Amino acid sequence: MFEALYRIFTSLRLTVVLLALSAVLVFWGTLAQVPMGLYRAQNEFFRSFFIYWQPAGSTWKIPIFPGGYLLGGLLLINLLAAHTRYYQPGKKKIGIVFIHFGVVLLLVGQLLTDLLAVESTLHLRVGETKNYSESQRDYELAVVDVSEAESDFVVAIPDSLLRPGAEVRHPGLPFAIRVRRYCVNSALATNALPGFERVNTTAGLGRDLWLQELPHETVMDRRDVPTAIVEPVGGNGSLGTWLVSAFLARPQHFEFEGRHYEMSLRPRRYYKPFSIHLIEFKHERYPGTEIPKNFQSRVLLDHPARGERREVDIYMNNPLRYWGETYYQASYDRDDRGSVLQVVRNPGWLTPYFACVLVAVGMVIQFMTHLIPFLKRRLAV
Amino acid sequence: MKKWIPALVAAVMAAWVLAQFRPRPEPGFRLREFAQLPVLMNGRFQPFDSVARNSLLQIRTKQTVPVQHDGARHTFSAIEWLLEVMMQPEAADERPIFRVDNVELLSLLQLPEGRKYYTFAELRPSYDEINRQALRIEKIESAQRTAFERALMKLFNAVSLYQRLKVTLKPPASDDFAAEIAEYERVIPGGVAAVRARQAGKEFDETVFNRLLELMSGYDAMARFALPLVIPPAHGRAGDHDWQTLGAALMGAVHQTEWPPAIKWYARMVSGWRANKPEVFNSALAEYQQWLGEHYPRQVFKVQWEYRFNVFQPFYRALVIYILALVLALISLLTFALLPGFAETLRRSAFWLVALAVGIHTIGLIFRMALEGRPPVTNLYSSAVFIGWAAALLGLLLERFYRVGIGLIVASVVGFTTLVIAHHLSLGGDTMEMLRAVLDTNFWLATHVVTITLGYSAMFVAGLLAILFIILGVFTPLLNQPLGAVASPAGSANADPNRPSIGSVFTNMVYGIICFATLFSFTGTVLGGIWADQSWGRFWGWDPKENGALLIVIWCALILHARWAGLVRERGLMNLAIFGNVVTSFSWFGVNMLGIGLHSYGFMDAAFKWLVLFVASQLAFIALGLLPLRYWRSFQNAPQTAASADQPMATRPAEP
Repeated sequence: MFEALYRIFTSLRLTVVLLALSAVLVFWGTLAQVPMGLYRAQNEFFRSFFIYWQPAGSTWKIPIFPGGYLLGGLLLINLLAAHTRYYQPGKKKIGIVFIHFGVVLLLVGQLLTDLLAVESTLHLRVGETKNYSESQRDYELAVVDVSEAESDFVVAIPDSLLRPGAEVRHPGLPFAIRVRRYCVNSALATNALPGFERVNTTAGLGRDLWLQELPHETVMDRRDVPTAIVEPVGGNGSLGTWLVSAFLARPQHFEFEGRHYEMSLRPRRYYKPFSIHLIEFKHERYPGTEIPKNFQSRVLLDHPARGERREVDIYMNNPLRYWGETYYQASYDRDDRGSVLQVVRNPGWLTPYFACVLVAVGMVIQFMTHLIPFLKRRLAV
Repeated sequence: MKKWIPALVAAVMAAWVLAQFRPRPEPGFRLREFAQLPVLMNGRFQPFDSVARNSLLQIRTKQTVPVQHDGARHTFSAIEWLLEVMMQPEAADERPIFRVDNVELLSLLQLPEGRKYYTFAELRPSYDEINRQALRIEKIESAQRTAFERALMKLFNAVSLYQRLKVTLKPPASDDFAAEIAEYERVIPGGVAAVRARQAGKEFDETVFNRLLELMSGYDAMARFALPLVIPPAHGRAGDHDWQTLGAALMGAVHQTEWPPAIKWYARMVSGWRANKPEVFNSALAEYQQWLGEHYPRQVFKVQWEYRFNVFQPFYRALVIYILALVLALISLLTFALLPGFAETLRRSAFWLVALAVGIHTIGLIFRMALEGRPPVTNLYSSAVFIGWAAALLGLLLERFYRVGIGLIVASVVGFTTLVIAHHLSLGGDTMEMLRAVLDTNFWLATHVVTITLGYSAMFVAGLLAILFIILGVFTPLLNQPLGAVASPAGSANADPNRPSIGSVFTNMVYGIICFATLFSFTGTVLGGIWADQSWGRFWGWDPKENGALLIVIWCALILHARWAGLVRERGLMNLAIFGNVVTSFSWFGVNMLGIGLHSYGFMDAAFKWLVLFVASQLAFIALGLLPLRYWRSFQNAPQTAASADQPMATRPAEP
C-alpha cells in the first residue's frame, strides 16, 4: 500500500499528468476571465482546490476539475518525493536540483503571497493628507463615536459579517446592530426607475430613495457598490432601520444614551502610524498627443513617532517602499488634481527573486554542461 | 558545381539591396529633400516621409498610389501623395485610396461593388452618415463590434486622418497661399485695431475687420484639426512642446511681432507647388533646410536617418531574400538523392542568402533601436520582427552544425512568415509609436521582453522542425538516411553507417531547442513577474498575458518530463513540439484578442481568423504525425530503423 503510494507520488508520469492538467487549468482560467472578470476567475480557478459546476437554478455544486491549490500542492509533493527517489549526489545533476528547488520556492512564495499579501489604495487630492489606505474590494460598516472633541472611537465591522439576519455585537458599542438587508452591489436612485424598489427605512437619510440590487461587478476597473439596511438595537429596543451605502457620501448620524454616533458603509481602511500628504501630481504627455509619458506624485511622508519627515517622488516603475509596504503610482483623477497610489503589504515579496536566481542558475548550469560538449563535437566535424 | 555560384547569388542580392542608395538626380520639385523635413507627430520627431508612408498604409494598406496622368498610368510614392493631399487637396480627393471591403458598408454608402479602393469625392456624400454611425460604434467596446462596425470604424479613422492631413499646410479655401499670408500680415495691425474698436463700441473699419476674421477662421480650422506639428519655434532653445501646427502658429501670429520663419517658407512651397513652379518650391525648401540645419541640427539628423531607414526598407528586402533562400533550400532537399552536387550548390547558395537576409534583418533591427533609443521589442510589430530575427539566426546556427538544409528551411520560413505578420501589424499606424508611461523603462524592455520573445522564437523553431520531421518522414525516405549523405557528393551509398540518421538529428535538434525555449520562457516569465512587482506591486496576477507565458513554461516542462518518463519517443516529442506552436501563438496573439487585462493594449481583431487557421493547420500536422509508422515513407522499408526510432530516448539532450 505504502509502496504503491510512494511509486505514484514519485513517478514522472504523475508529473506529466499534473502539468497537463495545469496547462488546461491555466488556459480555461484565462478564457473564464472574459465573462467572470479577473478577480472572480482568479478565486474560482487558481485560489481554490476544485472548480465547481453549479447546475442552473440549483444550490449544490459538483467539483469537476482540480483547482490551482490542489494542482500546485500535488506538484510540490510530487517534486519533493521524486527527488528523494531519483536524487544522486554529484555534479552532474546539480543544475536539476537548483531548478527544482527554485520552483519549490516559487510555489511556496506564491502561496505565502496569496495568504499574506494585502492590497489597498490611497487616493489623495493635491494638498490632502491621509493616514490610512482603503481596500479596493472589502467594505466595512464603520460606527464612530464622535462625542469627544479631540478623538473619535471607531468600531469597524467587516462586510463578511454583514449577512442578512445577522446581529453584530461589539464590546465597544452599547447597542447591537442587526443586518436587515445586504446587497453586495447596488445602485441607488432618487426616483422609481424600472428594476428599483423603495428603500423604506424608518430613520435617517435616504428614506425616500430607490434601490436596485446588482450582481458582483466583473469588469476589472469597476468596483461593487454595496448597500445595507441596518437596525441598531439598544436595551430599550430598536433605533429604527437605517440605510448605509457606499453610494452615500455622508454618514448617518444618531444619538444613543447621550452620545453621538456616525454610521457609514465605506471601503475597509488600513490605518498607519504615519501620514502621507500629496504635494504635487504631474501627468506628462508626449508633445502633440494624449499618450501619457509619465505620472508622478510628490508626497510628504510624516512619521512623528520616528521624527521622520521627508518628501518623496513616486512614479511609474519607481515605487516607495516604507514600513513593510510598497506605494505605487497606480492611477489619477481625470482633472489631474488627484493621485491614486496602490499600497501593497507582501511579506513574501522577495521569494520570487531568490527563486528566479536559483532556477536561472540551475538552467544555465544544465544547459552549459550539455551545450558546450555538443558545440565542441559539432564544430570539430 | 562551381564553388563561386553561391557567392555570386548572394552578391547579386546584396547589389539589389544597395541599389536603393545610389544617388539619383531629381529634376523639378525636390521631393526627396522635402520628404526629410522634420515634423512632430505621435509625440516624436519624424520626417514627412514617415508621415506619408504610415498614413498611406493606414488608409490604403499600401505605400503607393496608382494614378492616371495624361492618359498614362503612373505610381505616386507616399511622399508625392502626401504633398498633393497637403498642397492640392482638390486633386487628392479624386485618388482612389480608401479601401472598403465590407459589403454591408458598401451598400450603406451606396458605393459600387467590385472595386477595392474609393476616392474621397465618392465618400463625401455619405460623410455625415459615416460620422453618425461612428458616434454610435465608438461607445461599443472593440471586442464586441461586428465585422460591419469594425469596417466602418476603420473607414471613419482613415477619413478622419485624411481630413486632418489636408489642413496641415494650407487652409481649405486658399490658392496662392504665400500671397494670402502676405495679405494676412498686412491686415493684422488694422484688423486688430478694428477688433479693439468694435469691443470698445467705437467706429471701426468693417472691411479690414471682416477680412481678418475670414482669414483667421481658416487658420482656426487648421489649428483645431491638423495633426503633424510642422512649425518649429523661432528659436532652437525652445522645448519640444513649443512646436505647433501651422494653423496654431498663424493664430498666434496675431499677437506676435516675430513670426516663426517656417510659416512663410511652407507658404511659398504651397504656392510654388500649386502654380507648378519648381524653382519657387525648391528655393523656399532650400532656405528652410538651411535654417533648420542651424537651429535644429539634432532633429534634422534624427529624421534624416529615419528617412534613410524608410528608403532602405530592410525588413521588406530581407523578406524577399528569405523567400528566395527557401525556394533554393527546398529544391536542394528534394534533389539531393538524384543530383547531389547540384543540391549541395543550391544548399550553399541558400545558406549565403539566409546569412545575407539575417544580416539585413540585423541591420534593420539595430537601425530601429538607434532611431527609437529603445531595446528591440516595444510593441507587437517589433516582437514579430524580433521573433523572426532570432529564429532565423537559430536556423542558421543549426545549419552550421548539421549541413542538410533543414536549418535553412526553418530560418527562411520563420523569417518570411514573421515579416509578413509584421507588415500586417504595421497597417495599424506608426510602428515607432511612443511608449505609454508604464512601459517606459528600457531596463525591463531589454530583459523581460527580450527573453520572453527569444522563448517564443525557440518554440516556433522547435515546432517548425517537428512539422518538417513529419512531412519529410511521411512523404520522403529522407529521415532514414544517415547524416552526411546529403552533404557528401558521393551520395548515400558510401556514407558511414555509424553516422546518425537525419531523423535522429531532428530529434536532437528539437529536444535541444525545447530546452533552450524552457530556459528563456521561464526566465522571461519570472522577470515579467519581477517587473510587475516593481511597477504595480504584485509578482503574479493571473493576467492573460502572464498566463500565456506560464502556459509556454508548463508546456515545455511537460515535454521534457514526458520524454524523461519515457511517455513519448521520437514522434511523440514532435507532436508535442507542434502543439507548442499552438500554445505559443496563443500566448503571443491569442491573449491580446481577449481584450482584458493589463496587457490588452495590443488588441487586434482581423488576426483572429488567421490564428484559428494556424491552430487548425497545426492540429492537422499532429494528426498526420499520428499516422502509423508503416505508412511513413522514411520508415516503411527499414524496419530496423523504425524500431530504433521507437526506442526510448535516453535523457541526454542534443547529442548526435
